[in-house]
Amino acid sequence: MDFDLDDDDLAIQAGIRSFCAGRFPIEVVRRGELTDSVVDTDRWREIAEMGVFAIGGDGLTRRQAALAFEELGRALVPGPLVDTALAAQVSAAAAAGDLIAVLLHEPDPVAVVEFPAQARAVLRLADDGVHLAEGVTLDATSVERPLDALTPVGLLRTPPPAGDLVGGADVAARMTVDALVLTAAQQVGLAAGATELATAYAKERQQFGRVIGAFQAVKHLLADMLVKAEVARVAVHAAACAADGAGDGDPLHLARVAKMLAGDAALFCGKTGIQVHGGMGFTWEVDAQRYWKRACVLDTHLANGDRLAELVAAAG
Amino acid sequence: MDLRYTEAEEAFRAELVAWLDDVLPHVPPEPRRDDWAGRRAWDTAWQRMLYDAGYAGINWPREYGGRGATPTEHLIFLEETERRHAPYVGHNFVGLLHAGPTLIAEATEEQKAFHLPAILRGEHVWCQGFSEPGAGSDLASLRTRAVRDGDEYVINGSKIWTSFGHNADYCEMLVRTDPDAPKHKGISWLILPMDLPGIDPRPLPTMENSTEFCEVYFDDVRVPVANRVGAENDGWRVTMVTLSFERGTAFVSEMLIAMELTRELAGLAKRITSHGATRWDDAGLRRDIGRLSGELDALWALTKRNVSQAQRSGLVGTGGNVFKLAYTDLLHRLGDLAMHTINRASLSMDDLGELGTGKFVLHRIHGLSLSIAAGTTQINKNIVAERILGLPKDR
Repeated sequence: MDFDLDDDDLAIQAGIRSFCAGRFPIEVVRRGELTDSVVDTDRWREIAEMGVFAIGGDGLTRRQAALAFEELGRALVPGPLVDTALAAQVSAAAAAGDLIAVLLHEPDPVAVVEFPAQARAVLRLADDGVHLAEGVTLDATSVERPLDALTPVGLLRTPPPAGDLVGGADVAARMTVDALVLTAAQQVGLAAGATELATAYAKERQQFGRVIGAFQAVKHLLADMLVKAEVARVAVHAAACAADGAGDGDPLHLARVAKMLAGDAALFCGKTGIQVHGGMGFTWEVDAQRYWKRACVLDTHLANGDRLAELVAAAG
Repeated sequence: MDLRYTEAEEAFRAELVAWLDDVLPHVPPEPRRDDWAGRRAWDTAWQRMLYDAGYAGINWPREYGGRGATPTEHLIFLEETERRHAPYVGHNFVGLLHAGPTLIAEATEEQKAFHLPAILRGEHVWCQGFSEPGAGSDLASLRTRAVRDGDEYVINGSKIWTSFGHNADYCEMLVRTDPDAPKHKGISWLILPMDLPGIDPRPLPTMENSTEFCEVYFDDVRVPVANRVGAENDGWRVTMVTLSFERGTAFVSEMLIAMELTRELAGLAKRITSHGATRWDDAGLRRDIGRLSGELDALWALTKRNVSQAQRSGLVGTGGNVFKLAYTDLLHRLGDLAMHTINRASLSMDDLGELGTGKFVLHRIHGLSLSIAAGTTQINKNIVAERILGLPKDR
């Protein structure tokens, strides 16, 4: 047993981190806010060229993919990254970064789709298998004020085309695990990013004649954030190892645990990060809000924390 | 990254399991909680069985009589013994996990030759004299004095939270040998025989009304200077050396108990009925159980990561602080949930009827101590904030 990152893992992590720093600095990410083209198609292709959408087979292992998606989450890279990575397993265009795919979630309570203007493929994971409709345009009413300015949403007017059955129930089951693990990895990235931003602020913001990070009340908030993010991170790595066939336990169960804990951690760290920033945390210009809002978006994906907790309990 | 055990690790497990299955049926029933003489005999008899089978001092180096097992094998040992409800380390705790490793690292050959085999065989029980009424989280401010008089130290003061203080043969003891030096620089580490005149251990009942803890008073206790470990006034460093022996396994048995309790609580919730529904019909309770059991899965993974890092680098680092913060918080929530689930049955530490609720009440109380012992949650948060996040030291 060796549950520690090896040199290959560390190289992939460092590679994606420096890619994000170079191509997705926060000023670039913010530029897409409240536009119809949040996803810059050139940069989307570059993400594909980095190999992030190539998972399994000759591509990334699940644990390497988890490391990559954590970095994408930390950098707040916008776009349906997990959805497109799943589609890439059955679509060459998605794998090449030529196609933006969205995963259809349950209409609960309404049929909301993400990236309605830019999505050109719809993926659905059903009991009978994986359905993919490629080259489609969604018939949806775009929302003027999405919660996350980097995640445009629309209300579907008509159901999207059913598409073709491109994989059986076994493929759908594997993709469900992948979707849970990769989303959870992004959520860990959000939690870590929010913690790093708040920590940096606490080291520089002065009140009462000293930096606020010297006060235990603030220190303890930041320690709570770090603990939540770390525990969620090991849950994601354990789930990714299981999905790779090198784990200890049932992959679906561990994937649910990972997304439940990572989702809770992202929401907690997002919210607490805003608190540490004080009044500035409530402003548009400070990025603390961006981590929290993205965390809110990802929590609704596949199944939210409460739903996952019930599923985990039922598996007991 | 691979969470599967290697063939060699599985072979270690198989051999251990075969031995446990062989001997555990012959272990007598556990003595009553307050039968301290009986408990000592029971704990040390188990230690002797481990010794005879080659499992004593599992993580100690071979040259000092230990098994020299890897951190992963130690994890497997704890996993399999706890799963089978084998006796826990009990009275041998301080000797095996704290004083022994300190002696291995810092004692003279003569001190090692006398003490280490006796600890491994379960012949000597050790206790710890570190904390004082006035020195808790700020341990280095301890004031129990040892004044040199020829080739002896004369000790005056008092220690607190001394587990098995009324039942131990030796005490690992921190004393102030230089009151004028900065607080970390005037401390020495002594081996104190507990039968010396002037030592008065008085039980300090816990909120469980258990008398495991003592407050120990020292009145002109004379101990040879030869009983010092390490140099005079170097005791703080000696103590810190011991902490580096931790290999990420400190709470493994604990956590396995919490996992078992969580599963049992789910079972109990399905059997308890009120207002025409079972507790399990309550979605809120199911979610709480789901979150607790998921967090325990994650903490099990964190333990494996800490053990893996210890195996590679020899150190757990701050992963241990993260673990303890997450685990003790979880334990409080598990305790609260159990109390709400068993409701009126929570008024008794003994089982009522067939439900087996007493252990949940006792475990709830036990949880309150874990967020205080071995570094309070608040001290741990300071450590995480300062050492991992790099925030300034300031109280």
